[in-house]
Amino acid sequence: MTVTEVRKHAVGDEGGMGYLQSVPRRVVTIYLPLLIFVIVLLFPFYWMAITAVKPNEQMTNFNDYSPFWVVSPTLEHIKYLLFQTSYPGWLLNTVIISTAATFLSLLASVFAAYAIERLRFSGSRQVGLGIFLAYLVPPSILFIPLSLMVFNLGLYDTSFALILTYPTFLVPFCTWLLMGYFRSIPFELEECALIDGASRWQILTKIILPLSVPGLISAGIFAFTLSWNEFIYALTFIQSSENKTVPVGVLTELVRSDVYEWGALMAGALIGSLPVVILYSFFVEHYVSSMTGAVKE
Amino acid sequence: MATETVTAPRSSLLSRMAESRGFLSFGFMLPAAALLLVFLTYPLGLGVWLGFTDTRVGRPGIFIGLENYEYLWDDSIFWLSVFNTLLYTVTASILKFMLGLWLALLLNENLPFKSFFRAVVLLPWVVPTVLSAIAFWWIYDSQFSIISWALIELGIIDHRINFLGDPTNARASVIAANVWRGIPFVAITLLAGLQTIPQSLYEAATLDGAGKWQLFRYVTLPLLTPIIAITMTFSVLFTFTDFQLIYVLTRGGPVNATHLMATLSFQRGISGGQLGEGAAIAVAMIPFLLAAILFSYFGLQRRKWQQGGGD
Repeated sequence: MTVTEVRKHAVGDEGGMGYLQSVPRRVVTIYLPLLIFVIVLLFPFYWMAITAVKPNEQMTNFNDYSPFWVVSPTLEHIKYLLFQTSYPGWLLNTVIISTAATFLSLLASVFAAYAIERLRFSGSRQVGLGIFLAYLVPPSILFIPLSLMVFNLGLYDTSFALILTYPTFLVPFCTWLLMGYFRSIPFELEECALIDGASRWQILTKIILPLSVPGLISAGIFAFTLSWNEFIYALTFIQSSENKTVPVGVLTELVRSDVYEWGALMAGALIGSLPVVILYSFFVEHYVSSMTGAVKE
Repeated sequence: MATETVTAPRSSLLSRMAESRGFLSFGFMLPAAALLLVFLTYPLGLGVWLGFTDTRVGRPGIFIGLENYEYLWDDSIFWLSVFNTLLYTVTASILKFMLGLWLALLLNENLPFKSFFRAVVLLPWVVPTVLSAIAFWWIYDSQFSIISWALIELGIIDHRINFLGDPTNARASVIAANVWRGIPFVAITLLAGLQTIPQSLYEAATLDGAGKWQLFRYVTLPLLTPIIAITMTFSVLFTFTDFQLIYVLTRGGPVNATHLMATLSFQRGISGGQLGEGAAIAVAMIPFLLAAILFSYFGLQRRKWQQGGGD
């Protein structure tokens, strides 16, 4: 690299040492691989979307129609899905279960995180570690004993089975995340409030919670997404069609005979993904911070 | 993790609350503790107990000692599932790590639309696994696979690939789908780690004559090790206990070539009704999980120099 080249790129560049690389080199080493990554990561969604609006005869006829595009898109699959299957009911179930499980978990987690991080009762560090270990217990080893419990409690095939079991992975996650948030709030604020005669309850609701709204949003939307995506508990604890959640319903009810209705399946997958994707698009930063926040400790 | 800051003034102020603090803590911990004890700790113990019984769906079992485990010990399908799980975990984790680190390094460059790229990259991780797996199912269709079609059109292959019908292909296909879903998590968390590395270190190393590879090897990698360790521990745990992808794509077939321990546990325990045996398979996963956690805890934990302390 010549001196003039370096000087040319150095002007007005704030990207650290990025100016040391020439443009053609950046294209090959950065933009091209990045483009391939993005295409591969997004292709399944494109394929999902395009199949959902493709008329059946185009779907399997690759000779007369380009498979990558759709001529005269149809809403037939989506109509079928919304009016001739229990899909709207599954959506409603998923919304109710995810919302309830998220609120339950957040409520429990706020108190637990505050107690561990700020009340500092004896043994709070051990409890904190225990919460972290609980996060590492995977649903795959819990679903069999839980199914027995759910059955014996009379919760089998009800939404409560899921609302009460989802907190097993939501509470550890939310508590861990909120502990990190509470830790970043200065002790002095609490001390001032204590001097002014505030009770612990007032401190929590009037000082700590307003200050940790970003943390609560992060934990909340993350928990909502995790419950929305949950599969193994919903598959095991729910039997009747009208009580199923979207992931289970799409897989077990829309796949029937040997003839797969790919259009309806893809429409189901697409519509089932949309709520979390929309939520995600509004709160990208919160997602990233909660994802990395859980790992950074 | 530990924050022992400002203990002295705080404890003097809090001493007034001291008599109620124990009670208050108990009350605050109660909801979370109750939920976790009832629905996590107890089932964990119950699962271990079930592994020693012959419980079936609708019939309480009796204690049969190690019979389930003895049966599994001689069961070739069980050992095949252990092998599959290890193969799946190791291959997918290595690929996820390498591709994820590469993607993180790319995203860490000074790019236009950086936040847009970051948002887009995370999408596969946000969308419900089952639903994206259904999309993969369609992509892997034996007759109308778009990959087969594209490769035939390009003249690379001359007949359709049987993605999910052939044992080797099926293994590769599920691993590919798992890697696709796992890359964003690894990439975004490692990116967060990369962004904490001060630029001045790179500048100093460059002045000392370090090349690109040396910058990566002696600056980036050592400083990134702690976050790599944690990210990969999570990634390995989630891959090892994966259930959804396999259940959607192959249900363990063809001829059990893609059965993981979790799917085998579901098949025997729930579909087959042998709760005891299913629980035993699930319990057999625990030693592997513990080994992974302990390995990452002791082998890869933070060193003092990575936090600015002495060696």
